[in-house]
Amino acid sequence: MSTQQQEPETQEAPQDPEMKGAESPVDERERESGVVDQTSADDADLEGETVHLKVFRYDPEVEAKQEPRFDDFHVPFTKGMTVLDAVMYARDEYDSSLTFRHSCRQAVCGSDAFFVNGKQRLGCKTQISELEQPVRIEPLPHQEVVKDLVVDMEHFYDQMHAVEPYFQNEDTPDASALEEQRQSRENREKIKMSTRCIWCASCVSSCNIAAGDNQYLGPAAINKAYRFAMDDREPEEVKEHRLRIIEQEHGVWRCQTQFSCTEVCPKDIPLTEHIQALKREAVKKNLKFW
Amino acid sequence: MYEHDVIVVGAGGAGLRAAIAAHEAGADTALVTKLHPVRSHTGAAEGGINAALQEGDDWELHAYDTMKGSDYLGDAPAVETLAQDSPEDTMRLEHWGMPFSREEDGRVSQRPFGGLSYPRTTYAGAETGHHLLHVMYEQVVKRGIQVYDEWYVMNLATTDEPDPNDRTCHGVVAYDVQSGQIEGFKANDGVILATGGPGQAFDHTTNAVSCTGDGHAIAYRAGVPLEDMEFIQFHPTSLPSTGVLISEGVRGEGGILYNEKGERFMFEYGYANNDGELASRDVVSRAELTEVNEGRGVNDEYVYLDMRHLGEERILDRLENILHLAEDFEGVDGLVEPMPVKPGQHYAMGGIETDENGQTNIDGLYAAGECACVSVHGGNRLGGNALPELIVFGKRAGRHAAGEDLGDAQIETGYGEDVEVETDADLPVTPGEVGIEPADDGVAADGGVTADAEGLLERTVERERERVDRLMDKDDGIQHAEIRQKLQKAMTDYVNVFRTEEGIKKALKVIRECREEYQHVYVDDPSRTFNTDLQQTYETRNLIDVAETIALGALVRNEFRGAHWRKERQERDDENWLKHTLISWNGGKPDIFYRPVILEGEEKTYEPKVRSY
Ligand SMILES: Cc1cc2nc3c(=O)[nH]c(=O)nc-3n(C[C@H](O)[C@H](O)[C@H](O)COP(=O)(O)OP(=O)(O)OC[C@H]3O[C@@H](n4cnc5c(N)ncnc54)[C@H](O)[C@@H]3O)c2cc1C
Ligand code: SF4
Ligand code: FES
Repeated sequence: MSTQQQEPETQEAPQDPEMKGAESPVDERERESGVVDQTSADDADLEGETVHLKVFRYDPEVEAKQEPRFDDFHVPFTKGMTVLDAVMYARDEYDSSLTFRHSCRQAVCGSDAFFVNGKQRLGCKTQISELEQPVRIEPLPHQEVVKDLVVDMEHFYDQMHAVEPYFQNEDTPDASALEEQRQSRENREKIKMSTRCIWCASCVSSCNIAAGDNQYLGPAAINKAYRFAMDDREPEEVKEHRLRIIEQEHGVWRCQTQFSCTEVCPKDIPLTEHIQALKREAVKKNLKFW
Repeated sequence: MYEHDVIVVGAGGAGLRAAIAAHEAGADTALVTKLHPVRSHTGAAEGGINAALQEGDDWELHAYDTMKGSDYLGDAPAVETLAQDSPEDTMRLEHWGMPFSREEDGRVSQRPFGGLSYPRTTYAGAETGHHLLHVMYEQVVKRGIQVYDEWYVMNLATTDEPDPNDRTCHGVVAYDVQSGQIEGFKANDGVILATGGPGQAFDHTTNAVSCTGDGHAIAYRAGVPLEDMEFIQFHPTSLPSTGVLISEGVRGEGGILYNEKGERFMFEYGYANNDGELASRDVVSRAELTEVNEGRGVNDEYVYLDMRHLGEERILDRLENILHLAEDFEGVDGLVEPMPVKPGQHYAMGGIETDENGQTNIDGLYAAGECACVSVHGGNRLGGNALPELIVFGKRAGRHAAGEDLGDAQIETGYGEDVEVETDADLPVTPGEVGIEPADDGVAADGGVTADAEGLLERTVERERERVDRLMDKDDGIQHAEIRQKLQKAMTDYVNVFRTEEGIKKALKVIRECREEYQHVYVDDPSRTFNTDLQQTYETRNLIDVAETIALGALVRNEFRGAHWRKERQERDDENWLKHTLISWNGGKPDIFYRPVILEGEEKTYEPKVRSY
């Protein structure tokens, strides 16, 4: 493996850097995904070569980075290299100020959702060899950028918290008697996919409705509501209370079933389906339409 | 300055459980965590939670299995507490909505796990840790417990009496990663460290990037001994490029291991003639590394784990998630190619010395979870025993810190006069701080005005500000990444599954070099906004201290117990080594001492038996 040193080249970013805490580039959303259909056998072609990355840079505090720009990095390819591996290499070897969130490296912590070649993806779960070069790595669109690839997640967390994301049953058996609430296998199966969410915010970032309506609960929060509303262990009154939360003005009825969230979810959660199911429940309960 | 009754540092399984318990006991509680809670590494655990729930099972059997698995280095009061409390605490998770896998009759499922005499591993699909983490975070949200997320804890505010056992911890100093602001957090009743494992001391690990032993290091420098640090569990099948774990299930279903020459080495070279690939984790790990060391490894680095012969149908049916892992993280299609695997650091049995109430020798300072050593795992942890440790000892530490009476602890803590001190360790270099400056010591030099907690916090904040300024003002020198890589490589080369006196000494020398280089470390990123360069520079310092204790423990313990293998003495030595290794920072001049293991339980004594799996 070559460890040839490569200074980042700097290049202007094509978008308007006006606003404080610049919005990340929205126009990119429309771009086609850069995935090319390759099998892993093609890895051999990349062995010994370098991968060309174009990484979004922005820092409100550092003069040279106040104008958003793209830096080029050339990283030596190794078999199995993910997008996260590549940016970690660029940071550790070339520019220690390159900033992004990451932790688990195995698609469970949900920290490293980036906009890679025009699509929301987890850096750690995306093989570099499957992407067209140069690989363009940007922060999640429609989120305020804090620095480089780091976006402000507060609004996402607020939306998650707005659906009362915790189990509610005041009438559980006595724990010391080691008695559980019974749950059928079918019911567990029904909520299974919805419980897999890792709070990565890819879905919300891909959603046109969320982009236009800041108060829209968004697919992840609605999925969280689904997870509890469909759990038979919660009493009926709690379920109704939950449906009232999600059928409000900025709730489920906003969704126009565009499936973009479902397409990007790294945990394969059928988000649109879950939103539709809640709409049906709300109708069944005769709750009003917006 | 922020102020709460109980401050919990870290929001993985242990920290969240501690915060809920302290809150329920009436304390104003806050979590301070460098990651948002749901990002914690507890989310990576797959297998399950051991709890004697069913009729026919019994906490005493769980305690017995755990003691045996620990190779008789677990302390009986801790082991028995774990086994007794785990059933109720596991059930409580169900009452909080945890989506456990179910039986036909709607009860929670349990399955068999290595080393257990009864199928008592309670699980939620292959994502038990993810669900445990999220369920507990949900309960924290429900209770409105304050969370300071993306706040990096830099140090403890501890008084500086000469004897660490007389010291008191009054809070922590942390910085807001997003803004760079440094603040004191005053804790009126107690600080609980729940910062997770130190896996990043090794260059190949199943642990997250955030597992940097911060809690270990700040407690150690403040005067809390680190216990049994040499006991590190390695997992034989992790993917070479990321360390992602490939579960035992592949070998369980019939997967085979072979070397570069295509030989099924477990049999051909006699590592395990009966069990082959199904031999225990440490046996398989050592076999793999022997192959590599003797030139039969693939690319001089790994071996192959092959499951192709099982057929597509069976693989898709039983091992589908493995296909995804190999594809996503290694770029390998397990249906057409064998998967590369090698041993990876997985779990640290040792940690911050505590008693069964989570208390350390410093008044007001607690630890729980993987960063703590109670000790339940002793020389080796059984699969499925870490998660119950989080909930049982997290809960106890939270309650005790909030002032609840849990009865007197039987486990002793602290470096006292009556302990056995190691006096003739043959150290190749002096461990500990390079050219000790008072400011580098873990405790605030406060000229004896220790009664004033606020003043102490302010001084500690000031010291950390100065440290940050020093690191950021410097324009050249060496960067943390270079030091970290060197440290990690030395640990993996020399303090891995194979340990020799010569190798460990080499590691200690490299660690010394790292310390010296760290004197010249600087932070290149000039920004106060989300400066991960600064955070990692702090973490690297902690890794150096932690790595050194691992190497020191490994050097003095000249026997083969649990996960610790020594070339010079390949057998367990109960005559000399039924004792814990402890290392005390001692103002920058570390001392090694020992405390006998407690094998006397509530009603019976656990007699050491041969561990034959
Ligand atoms: C791949 C894998 C699989 C596993 N499977 C199992 C299993 O099946 N069963 C089992 O019992 N065990 C399993 N384990 C072990 C178990 O998961 C861990 O030991 C356990 O989750 C650790 O939990 P914790 O709460 O101690 O730490 P963590 O979950 O790592 O949390 C640490 C917390 O501390 C915070 N923190 C750290 N440093 C600082 C600082 N300086 N300032 C502020 N906050 C800080 C972090 O933000 C984080 O919130 C597995 C481990 C791994 C790696
Ligand atoms: S639903 Fe999927 S995309 Fe959305 S936050 Fe959860 S894991 Fe991410
Ligand atoms: S680093 Fe955790 S999801 Fe990618």
